[in-house]
Amino acid sequence: MMLIPEIFSYGFMQRALISGLLIAVLCAVLGVFLVLRRLSLIGDGLAHVTFGSVALALALHAQPLFVTIAALPLVLLSSLGILRLTEKARIFGDAAIGVVSAAGIAVGVILAGISGGFNVDLFSYLFGNILAISSAETVLAVILFLLVTGVVLFYYNELFAITFDEELARSSGIRVERINAILALLTALTVVLAMKVVGILLVSALLIIPAVTALQIARSFRAAITAASLFAAFSVIAGIALSFLLNLPTGGLIVLLNIVLLLLAIAWRRFFFN
Amino acid sequence: MPLETLKASGLSCSYNGMEVLTDISFSVASGDYLGIVGPNGSGKSTLVRALLGLLELDAGSTELFGAPLAEFADWARIGYLPQRIRFFNPNFPGTVEEIVRLGLLAGGARLSRSSAGQNMAIDAALELLGIVPLKKRLIGGLSGGQQQRVLLARAMVNRPELLILDEPTTALDPETREQFYALLERINRSEGTTVLLVTHDTWSIGKYASRFLYVDKKIIFDGSFDDFCHSEEMTAFFGEHAQHLICHRH
Repeated sequence: MMLIPEIFSYGFMQRALISGLLIAVLCAVLGVFLVLRRLSLIGDGLAHVTFGSVALALALHAQPLFVTIAALPLVLLSSLGILRLTEKARIFGDAAIGVVSAAGIAVGVILAGISGGFNVDLFSYLFGNILAISSAETVLAVILFLLVTGVVLFYYNELFAITFDEELARSSGIRVERINAILALLTALTVVLAMKVVGILLVSALLIIPAVTALQIARSFRAAITAASLFAAFSVIAGIALSFLLNLPTGGLIVLLNIVLLLLAIAWRRFFFN
Repeated sequence: MPLETLKASGLSCSYNGMEVLTDISFSVASGDYLGIVGPNGSGKSTLVRALLGLLELDAGSTELFGAPLAEFADWARIGYLPQRIRFFNPNFPGTVEEIVRLGLLAGGARLSRSSAGQNMAIDAALELLGIVPLKKRLIGGLSGGQQQRVLLARAMVNRPELLILDEPTTALDPETREQFYALLERINRSEGTTVLLVTHDTWSIGKYASRFLYVDKKIIFDGSFDDFCHSEEMTAFFGEHAQHLICHRH
């Protein structure tokens, strides 16, 4: 049997590992804020919009890197659209996510139909193909990781404050609408990056499950963020290695490993905290 | 003459065409302990949120420490304790220390766990509220009374000059409620903090507050609790029986 160092000696495995780790950690960190604010499904909604953008880019025969970049503007705008629908049109957050999500899927299905139906390329975005990540996509992942991490660190306390209670945050002079917009935009960036790791259909799993797992056992907010990142990182390393050894789809394995970790955390909590 | 901490002028507010506040004007002097009371749905909480700029007004304006609300930026001078945290999640992973530290954001500070000044301010607020042993506990695992103390510590961490509390005793048992009122009185007297307290608990506020504002969409009475209970005008307004119920504990 191959050892872990051997598995990751291949270039495509190294790119998968670096991109996967960075994106999974971003998802986990943002996921803690989103889950506690009951916005878990925003990832799902934005992923569906990504589907529409990807279908459009593929219909135009775009290169893989351009497919990712082309998806960004529409998904960023959609994330702000969800906020506007919630704040201005008095639509509940989950319903606003549903509206934008449905629009994304509808556009994607129509564009896929126009461009000759669902093809191999579109399926690779729907279900993810982390082992096919290119060097350029890895560089893009590193750049966006640094950008998102920098913004999260800079606004960490404001994000924590609005997560605890928006009104209290507002009464402290925090510009809540601006912080909400920043969180939505960071989520949109991360979702677009994550579609290559686990696929559009499973992106929300990376945002939700490590966060929910960490919340089972964390004894402080900071610990929740750290634990979610560690769980996400472990699931990516183990998922890639297992998929190489067992010849199974990587995205699905990463998500299933996250679910196993969640079940273990629930058991841990019941055993030690109750 | 004491300085004016807060001034409301002609505040009016409505929801879906229904007027909730009508032409409310009053001011609060430095060191006052003002109790705002009124029946359910009388607009007390709306008034507090309007004073802090947390909702849009139809008309009127607020001044905080002499500055118009739109220009006011020194939020560390105000501590706010809302009625209930809106989406309070019992599994929220914040520790007492983390929640109290959030209060320091009002001063515009970058928060740092290694800042000696910030850590001292947190410890002093925990000490004031008698919750030092809870420092590392998760807020979700505390009782209602303990949670209120934590949120009050968050509001007090900047040593604010004005403390605004909206129904802070709703979730508390009678004994804890009395302790809470005594604590507020101590903060008002020993720290010189101006207190604006919204409550249902007319009798208790009559016992502790220096001034009493009865609100039912508009201001019905503004004066001392004693004057309220002996006012013939209020007897005529409420009827003798209702006035007796407001003024005496049952």
